[in-house]
Amino acid sequence: MSSAAARKARPKYLSLRALLFEIRLPLPGWVSILHRISGALLVFPFAAWLLYLLDASLLSESGYEKVKGYLGLPLVKAGLLLFVWAYCHHFCAGIRFLLLDLNKGIELKQARLSSLIVLAASLSLTAWFGARLW
Amino acid sequence: MVNRVVVGAHYGARDWLAQRITAVIMAAYSVILLVVLGTNASLTYGVWKDLFTAGWMRVATLLFAVSLAWHAWVGVRDILMDYIQPVGLRLGMQVLTLLLLASYLGWSVQILWR
Repeated sequence: MSSAAARKARPKYLSLRALLFEIRLPLPGWVSILHRISGALLVFPFAAWLLYLLDASLLSESGYEKVKGYLGLPLVKAGLLLFVWAYCHHFCAGIRFLLLDLNKGIELKQARLSSLIVLAASLSLTAWFGARLW
Repeated sequence: MVNRVVVGAHYGARDWLAQRITAVIMAAYSVILLVVLGTNASLTYGVWKDLFTAGWMRVATLLFAVSLAWHAWVGVRDILMDYIQPVGLRLGMQVLTLLLLASYLGWSVQILWR
């Protein structure tokens, strides 16, 4: 056995170093792990944050104005933008997964193309929301 | 009997299907909310308050909140099953997740009907 694969040390365990520098995810892999990360972020802290903002903004007119002012702060805007990206990515990637469940676009070439579309679409939507926000 | 893990999946397609159906409900709600907000020329407190006290919007938002809780439960449970191996810790985190999601739901109802 002289192939490169045969000479590698086995078994190989996952380490942080391997995770960060050695394992190269294909595009559909990136869409998948970002779907997971964005989903976790949406559950916490974003859902709690938005419920708090909805609560305060609906309670009274002064509360509404206070939320409006709060959302104008640069750091808060950045947080809002991260939420918008997480929502858009989770939304777009979710639609892709629904189509995959229906056996649409399961060929490698189409799957790679749709991953690229999801990543690009969610970033473009975030940029569009960001432009309207500022 | 098969070795069943109490904090594992329930070996069925129900959760999987529920996650997809709730996803479609939330996607529809998102688009509707975006269209409603987009067609309002200027957003004031009055417009905002009227929107969320309208009967259809209360029900739609409640459906969204229930969908979110159910959808997130399946998703977070999947994440915990993948990354948290000690059974006790996983159970603890699953309970915390359920409490968090139930609190979100209660808070949503409180905001919508007061």
